[in-house]
Amino acid sequence: MTAITSAPTPWWRSRGVRRFARHRLALVGMVMITGLTLACVVGPHLLPYDALYVDLRARFSPPLTGDHYLGTDPLGRDLAARLLMAGRISLLVGFAAMLLSTLIGAVVGIVAGYRGGWLGASLMRVVDAFLAFPSIFLLLALAALLKPSPFVITVIIALTSWMEIARIVEAEVRSLRERDFVQAGRMLGLSSAHIMFRELLPNVVGPIVVAATLTVARAILLEAYVSFLGYGIQPPLPSWGNMLNGAQQYLASAPWLAIVPGIAITIAVTSFNFIGDGLRDALDVRSNEHT
Amino acid sequence: MFGYLLTRLWQSIILLVLVSIIGFAILNLTPGGPLSQFALTPGMTQEAMDRIAEQMGLNRPLPVQYLDWAWRLVQGDWGTSYRDGQPVLSVIGRHLFATLLLMGSSTVISIALGTWIGIRGATHRYSLFDYSATIGAMVALSIPTFWFGLVGIYIFSLKLGWVPAGNMYTIGDGSVLNYLHHLILPSIVLSLVNVAIWSRYMRTATLDVINQDFVKTARAKGLRERRVLMKHVVGNALLPMITLAGMQLPTLLSGALVTETVFTWPGMGRLFLDSLGYSDYPVVMGLLMFSAILVLLGNLIADLVVAAVDPRIRLG
Repeated sequence: MTAITSAPTPWWRSRGVRRFARHRLALVGMVMITGLTLACVVGPHLLPYDALYVDLRARFSPPLTGDHYLGTDPLGRDLAARLLMAGRISLLVGFAAMLLSTLIGAVVGIVAGYRGGWLGASLMRVVDAFLAFPSIFLLLALAALLKPSPFVITVIIALTSWMEIARIVEAEVRSLRERDFVQAGRMLGLSSAHIMFRELLPNVVGPIVVAATLTVARAILLEAYVSFLGYGIQPPLPSWGNMLNGAQQYLASAPWLAIVPGIAITIAVTSFNFIGDGLRDALDVRSNEHT
Repeated sequence: MFGYLLTRLWQSIILLVLVSIIGFAILNLTPGGPLSQFALTPGMTQEAMDRIAEQMGLNRPLPVQYLDWAWRLVQGDWGTSYRDGQPVLSVIGRHLFATLLLMGSSTVISIALGTWIGIRGATHRYSLFDYSATIGAMVALSIPTFWFGLVGIYIFSLKLGWVPAGNMYTIGDGSVLNYLHHLILPSIVLSLVNVAIWSRYMRTATLDVINQDFVKTARAKGLRERRVLMKHVVGNALLPMITLAGMQLPTLLSGALVTETVFTWPGMGRLFLDSLGYSDYPVVMGLLMFSAILVLLGNLIADLVVAAVDPRIRLG
């Protein structure tokens, strides 16, 4: 007699993965962001010029001059090399800021949603208060008061983008709070911490993953904004934002200085937004916003 | 209705207090605090610093300082600018018009364009237009506003020469037409994000309304499709958009700051950046508080308008 043990569906054939794959834009996003990340990691080693190599004779070379595929900047540095090195910083800051803000947002959201009462209400009012500040104003004020380093920039970006996640998680947890499995946990005498982070957290992973993906997009944009305005990542460390910082004055003579980094930012941010959108469909997250 | 008004007002006041605490914390808990300005003065001694701290009342307990600061805020005493010794509120007041002009015209563009795209997307669901609008909105949300501005200046000012590359008006020419000419490009740039958001919400809102019974009734009565759409669908779909307009205020203000920088537009955003450059913290803090108050006020007004317009809401 043959054993009729049906093998468990492998993860790559699970419903979520299949739905994600059907979402073509999300796949496009995945491919684009993987390509961009790989280029930023490996690319600088393959290019003929170092990102810091100054060649004053080759200043302002337009794209496709000799080996300068994307041209050079006002100091004659290779734009392609700088773009990829800047990508390392911008993507890293975006990703790290996402981790931190997701951590803050998830903890605040779970505690506020599970505890409810005056604690939950006060926490959510703090969220509302933070949301009242235009994020760029808050970000710039903090960046100007503190000494900007990639670490500080990451932290303050996280401090200005955890609120959305907190809101989403709070709403989810509040709807789960009276479910049987939570009641059972309480009756078993499990600690609140155990219920919150071992029982409830796994149930809100979907919305958190979606919000986190969109937060990467947001964080990359915010870094670009503050660095463009001169208060973010400081040169000589390149970031996509600060590469654009001086670009406006050369707009007439060397437009590629402004155009190229902006395209990189747009590609990275679009990719994360596409992926986030696909994940929302795949994980069947009730959409709080537009669909 | 009156009860709802009171509740909403009360909530706004609580939020305002929280906002002011956050603002005060930012001002005081950063390294150096309000004294950092004086620490850089050559020949500054510790005794002199202590004396200044005492004069400014900085040696008092923090809660006392906060209450003092907040009380002066309520009375309209927002401090004086380090740069020119003028009261902060009047400095902000001088830059308010330019920002409101930019935000206002951008809002008009976003509503007009966003509403049209949203409704068309909903009535022609899953058409090529709908797909393009969906993807377009996601890309638009991913483009950095300042970069969009730079590209706009490059194409429409430098290459085509259609519009000026910056400033609010030509010196010596204060005509309305001249203002409008300067306004076109920055307000379109600022609209990009909001058109995207507005069209997405409008599409959802229209889809919500379009299948409801009163719309079916209107159709069954034999009204023409266009009239059903204009009279019954759009009006009801626009209702939640009022709340959205309030919610989008912080984004709009952030966008205005960046747009003003790119277009040397003499508004609050430029003032904010200039003040940062001069370490003019009273003005920076003033703008931070002012914009948050503006946002709270905008949300309050939006909610009240919805309550007044929507017959279904009879709260309190």
